[in-house]
Amino acid sequence: MDDKLFDVIIIGAGIVGSSAALKLLDMGMSVCVIESGASGSRSSGINYGGVRRQGRSLAQMPLTQRAHAIWGRLKQTIGIDGEYVRSGHLKLARSDKDMASLERYRELTADCGLGLELLGREELKKRFPYLGERAVGGSFCPEDGHANPRLVSPGFALAAQKAGAIFLEYTTATGFAYDGKLFQVKVHNSDRPLQSRFLVNCAGAWANKVCEAFGEPVPMDCSHPLMFVTEAVPVFMNVSLGVEGGGVYARQVTRGNCVIGGTQGYALDEYRARPGGDGIRTVVGRALELLPDLQNVQIIRTWSGTEGRLPDREPVIGLSSTTPGLVHGFGFAGAGFQIGPAVGEVLAELVAQGQSTTPIEAFSISRFRS
Amino acid sequence: MDKPVVVIGAGPAGIRACETLAGFGVRPTLLDESQTWGGQIFRQQPGNFKRGFKDLYGFDAERAENLKQTFHKIREQIDYRPQSLVWNAEQNRIDILHKGKTEKLQWSKLIVASGATDRVFPFPGWTLPGVYGLGASQIALKYQACAIGSKVILAGTGPLLYLVAFQYASAGANVVAVLNTAPVSARMKALPKLFCLPGQLARGMYYVSWLKMRGVKMMDGIQIMRAKGETRIEGLVIKDASGKIHELECDALGFGYGLRSETQIADLVSCQFNFNPVQRAFLPAKDLSGKTTVDGVYLAGDGSGIMGVEAAELAGQRAALAVLTELGLCSSKDSGVVRQIQEIESRLQTISKFRAGLEEAFPCPENWIDQLQDDTVVCRCEEITYGDIKQTVLDCNVKEINRLKALSRSGMGRCQGRMCGHATAEILAHLTGQSLQEVGRLRCQPPVKPVPISVVADASLSQESA
Amino acid sequence: MSQPEPSSKRSKAGLFQRLKELDRPDVEFFINGDKYLAKLGDTVLTAILTNQTAVRKTEFSGQARAGFCLMGACQDCWVRLADGQPIRACSTMIEQGMQIVTNFAQGNNHG
Repeated sequence: MDDKLFDVIIIGAGIVGSSAALKLLDMGMSVCVIESGASGSRSSGINYGGVRRQGRSLAQMPLTQRAHAIWGRLKQTIGIDGEYVRSGHLKLARSDKDMASLERYRELTADCGLGLELLGREELKKRFPYLGERAVGGSFCPEDGHANPRLVSPGFALAAQKAGAIFLEYTTATGFAYDGKLFQVKVHNSDRPLQSRFLVNCAGAWANKVCEAFGEPVPMDCSHPLMFVTEAVPVFMNVSLGVEGGGVYARQVTRGNCVIGGTQGYALDEYRARPGGDGIRTVVGRALELLPDLQNVQIIRTWSGTEGRLPDREPVIGLSSTTPGLVHGFGFAGAGFQIGPAVGEVLAELVAQGQSTTPIEAFSISRFRS
Repeated sequence: MDKPVVVIGAGPAGIRACETLAGFGVRPTLLDESQTWGGQIFRQQPGNFKRGFKDLYGFDAERAENLKQTFHKIREQIDYRPQSLVWNAEQNRIDILHKGKTEKLQWSKLIVASGATDRVFPFPGWTLPGVYGLGASQIALKYQACAIGSKVILAGTGPLLYLVAFQYASAGANVVAVLNTAPVSARMKALPKLFCLPGQLARGMYYVSWLKMRGVKMMDGIQIMRAKGETRIEGLVIKDASGKIHELECDALGFGYGLRSETQIADLVSCQFNFNPVQRAFLPAKDLSGKTTVDGVYLAGDGSGIMGVEAAELAGQRAALAVLTELGLCSSKDSGVVRQIQEIESRLQTISKFRAGLEEAFPCPENWIDQLQDDTVVCRCEEITYGDIKQTVLDCNVKEINRLKALSRSGMGRCQGRMCGHATAEILAHLTGQSLQEVGRLRCQPPVKPVPISVVADASLSQESA
Repeated sequence: MSQPEPSSKRSKAGLFQRLKELDRPDVEFFINGDKYLAKLGDTVLTAILTNQTAVRKTEFSGQARAGFCLMGACQDCWVRLADGQPIRACSTMIEQGMQIVTNFAQGNNHG
């Protein structure tokens, strides 16, 4: 296996790397994915699970719509439904200013096919009577929804594996080089580097190591979303909830557990993060305000994780600015779950054809060159 | 002191730690989830109960009385907070739930004496009403003066088996049978090791012969096959050592295979864990003094490895001495301290040998997995079955315990793997041909136990915008 | 519904059997609106299980449960008060007039 030359090596087996692997295999290429932990367990596994187009920037609209279509055939693609539901996504306004913001967004994205409905206070009370008092209105995207990242992200990896990709889990890439023809990737548990014609950087919060190795560092930092889950209660939340301005988001799964997030945890080390007591109490306070009926419901678990982000909160997607054959797809600032599968396809296109049918200029790594 | 020395757990280890600390002028904060001191072994009965310590604790009555005297002696010298659940712990800070309110407390040193629970493995029908842990059965008697049923079978293995049977029969309960999954030969083979604590050994032998003389049905080397019953347990089906199947009528069953340590708090403060093959579990690493890999954090008692009550008391003293040395309040050069430490550590070593003997005498059953049906519940909280787990391992090529939890939900419920974690790990190891160590250990996150949203919510933030 | 046997007698209706400490004041309490008797010093679990054979039904399959560890670890004995407050039956003492609800709508039975 060490002597084998792969068409593509992918660094990172999150939803982006794994869906890229799946698409590349479909195109007939040989793929090896190197993952320092378990596939789909980092940012792709610890996120809230929102499968959401509403709220994204205009630049992300083509990607998010492409992803929407992929999510619509999730079961055919990875063999499981991953608890994906199109519950709708309701983004709440807690002031007139918020409402104006939501209206502006609706106008901005009018041609993008999101189908946004603006709801006033009365409509909100009628359709979502369980919401707390501060909600004055909202923007509803009927076909947005949520899924279980702990099932979906490893699901993409498993599908890629079944299709023939080699996944090297618990394997850390320690060095990268390019000799003009081939990429060499050193790994911590072998003397022989892996070799490939193309290298795809889906290393998430750790992607800058690859960027630095090829002379194009980016100003990345990390965030640590903090989430909690409740015991199972009768289903009452018929929609995935968010608020204008951010700070709290909530959904309920069919088994009855409520998954709620907002606030930040803190890093334990380079890979792991955990929730802190103050962060937990804050997000729980916000949850109670959003959903007063949760008063007597018990929290059974909290968690955090590590996500990579760039200063403009847009990802890096596209060809390397320094090295032919190197392709980047990382830095989703906590919003990579929904567009992940589309980015994977785009990365595969970049490898196979050097370009993509989906506009991605806004995400070029060159934007960070001074 | 605004950053006190905090002791978590008011059982034997915690109380001795506080006694030692108070003896050197430190005022520790002692947090305990229960209403009264004692932990589980010396759980105090409600105030209006009249039984004496001899009735409650038998051969341990004197030890219990000593502990009680000690507790009352130091009561005013410590900040004792009962009904206080530590639901989160971090470097320097813990969060406590007390009477419907939560508060945070910064600590300078932490001694975690969080104790243990029954160690259990599932079998078909084990979730039926009337089926309890062995320790649970003992608590019903000790704490509530009740037997778990009117026709009680006690089964499993470990020193608790014969102790609880003896206590039940002595108190007038109808003990239908005492069934040891370990063969007699295991006890015989372990005798040399058990001789190092002859008093303890004698007790065990006394319980067994007392029960025999009373004509209580006793069997060894049995295998639990399944519990029968519709809305409650009505009988237990077992295989005896020769392979013959027996059906025993009962309306309650207490079972367990020794104890397992409660290590959540140690995990939350980021203690390193190592696999302990004797205890078949990952345990927080500690040196002879109880010092962990985290600055200022010490462990004492069954919460970091099952060693029994005497070891717990000694470990509590030892950890306190280490804390005091770190605080500069007692000198490691003081000959009195040095002698005390030597005595403690020497005694702990002896107890350790005895405990290894107990594990040999009462080993975990080997083929309980063979008795599982596809519809046998493994994770009680989430109702995940053996069939669910097998399917997940197969479908998703699972090799690691946290991955199994994420994909199957086993361990995801309210108890966060306390009752099913060990079983799930054993099943995963069995299905994948790996060792218990290789499948890894379940990661912990706060809250340590379920907490209500209304109590944890920080109301002062409700007026702020996002 | 006929008045249940006072719990000082051997209880056929319940799981737990009182062996000692029988001479304690009675406590009246309610399970799902029906009145029962327990004794002062009982936990909620004991109070329920000297009268009935189950404490709750699981969220997902509706199976009866009656607690398991009796020490606050297994989380299998949660019930609610009439106002919705959750209480862990094995670690909460019964009080005169306590209104316990065991049949509150829980999660979503998937049978």
